[in-house]
Amino acid sequence: MTSVLARRRNRIDDLGGRSLSADALIRLRRNPVAIVGAVIIGLFVLVSIFAPLIAPHDAAAVFPELQRNLRPDSIPGAQPGFPLGSDQNGRDFFSRLILASRQTLIVGVLATLIGLVLGVVIGALAGAFGGWVDTVLMRVTDVLLSIPSLLLAISIAALAAQPSQTTVIIAVALVNVPIFARLLRGSMLAQRESDHVLAATSLGVKRSAIVIRHMLPNAMGPVIVQATLTLATSILDAAALSFLGLGDGDPARAEWGLMLANAQAYLDVRPALAFYPAIAIILVALGFTLLGEALREALDPKGRR
Amino acid sequence: MLRFIVRRLIQVVPTLLLLSVLIFAWLRSLPGGPAAALLGDKATPEKIAELNTVLGLDQPIPVQYVKFLGRALTGDFGNSLITGQPVTAEIARALPATIELSIAALLIAVVLGIPLGYVAARYRGRPLDTATVIGTLVGVAVPVFFLGYLLKQWFAVDLGWFPPSGRQAVDIDATHVTGFAILDGLVTREFDASWDAIVHLVLPAIALATIPLAVIVRITRASVLDVMGSDFVRTANSKGLAPSTVRERHVLRNALLPVSTTIGLQTGLLLAGAVLTEKVFVWGGLGTLLADAITRRDYPRLQAVVLLGALVYVLVNLLVDLSYALIDPRVRVR
Repeated sequence: MTSVLARRRNRIDDLGGRSLSADALIRLRRNPVAIVGAVIIGLFVLVSIFAPLIAPHDAAAVFPELQRNLRPDSIPGAQPGFPLGSDQNGRDFFSRLILASRQTLIVGVLATLIGLVLGVVIGALAGAFGGWVDTVLMRVTDVLLSIPSLLLAISIAALAAQPSQTTVIIAVALVNVPIFARLLRGSMLAQRESDHVLAATSLGVKRSAIVIRHMLPNAMGPVIVQATLTLATSILDAAALSFLGLGDGDPARAEWGLMLANAQAYLDVRPALAFYPAIAIILVALGFTLLGEALREALDPKGRR
Repeated sequence: MLRFIVRRLIQVVPTLLLLSVLIFAWLRSLPGGPAAALLGDKATPEKIAELNTVLGLDQPIPVQYVKFLGRALTGDFGNSLITGQPVTAEIARALPATIELSIAALLIAVVLGIPLGYVAARYRGRPLDTATVIGTLVGVAVPVFFLGYLLKQWFAVDLGWFPPSGRQAVDIDATHVTGFAILDGLVTREFDASWDAIVHLVLPAIALATIPLAVIVRITRASVLDVMGSDFVRTANSKGLAPSTVRERHVLRNALLPVSTTIGLQTGLLLAGAVLTEKVFVWGGLGTLLADAITRRDYPRLQAVVLLGALVYVLVNLLVDLSYALIDPRVRVR
């Protein structure tokens, strides 16, 4: 009969003394869902980095040979030099599709990152201090959460006199703030009661050091998962704002959501103009969602054996 | 129980107050100030100064806020810049259309979602389950407005099975009593009007239902799996209860608790999705009202619709909370 302690020691030995994050990474690599997600996202990032090298033309350049053939009932398709033909304004559709990946990545990442940073600051303050700081901050986030997210994004984006990519990013980012704040705060509160924080407090570690070095890193798990999922929703929300006329007003700008929104009017003339950006958005959103779900599973300590 | 309801109602008050402060602040940060935004194209310095006096914008901010609150409580959100009519009246006219669409979408999501999630959980790991899970992931990743256009293009324009837009055919002479097209037809016994309204409802409702459907399937599946692994189900099985009895009386009943919360949370998504779907199908409800307000920068209308959206969301979730307390006695004790 082995003692409880011995059994626990064996279990730790089985883990090979790995940290939770190292262990999570290993489990992530074994998960086919994670691999599919990572491959999609990897391709997406690669294309957006090398976009100027892949794309034969400039996104804003209008070609007379394409523009000449534009008719109300037909948009020129593939021809030499233009693998996917023209868009509704006589520009090279293929180049725009490739170059748009970068703008879409920027929109998704910035909207998530700004939301994450602000949300983490608010959530950490609320979770670390508790008391009235917590009450005030959480009341405000609750109210923001009580406004359906797209309506909130619309209200913020509509405040800009001239909608642009920046206003879209800000609107989507601000919608994300209360979500991250709530999540981190909950996760911090759980940390506050934990033994390792009590131990650090007893050792006389400064309060700020406890929050930053002991509580935050341990509370970030759910936030990272949420951030991955938010990358998907941010891109979709930005597309929705563009569709409602709150996107960038410059028709030369190439971003998948904007291209999809602007192509709706030409759906019966050349469906491909909407289909390709739509498929790109769906794939990328799917990739981030798969990765996020896999991360959630991998970071769950209950999954460790 | 009564005390729980009262306490829960009181909790809503600060939320609504804070919401009003936010909307007030929003109004004040409009480009060029509220007066210029309200006047739109007609703004001249004299008119702005005049409106500032009328709106009381020359008074101290706390006084302004109290007046704003007073107007908001009496349902006065000013006149639409597009039509010049009171925004509240416009909303009242558009509301039935959106409610009809949202209820139809929610019905589709619940009626299909719960059985689908349940079946997926029962056949966990089999192809059916995998297909369902992939379907839910893709369903959430498709932009709602794009799906709306696809449905419209395929089933309305190409196949001609359904009308492409609107709530009722123009040539149908329907009498409107309640504003709910289907209900009106039933009340006035103009069944062809009802049927026509249903036919018009199909495509937009499907488009709007996709995301809530995907979410409900996932939550149901996860919740059923959770309950199937619990001790009381093992006990029920060990007692030798018929598997169908365990499934229906033990698993399904308990698994539906989290699902009911999700349905409440979906109303927010429905409102947001309705804006996009209604624009695609020219539906003429709140979403159309809002979409027009955005393109024309009709701030009074925008403000009122957003406030209403938040209000509905808060109230529906309050109702869900209360119903939760009815179903599960443990909630009341907290």
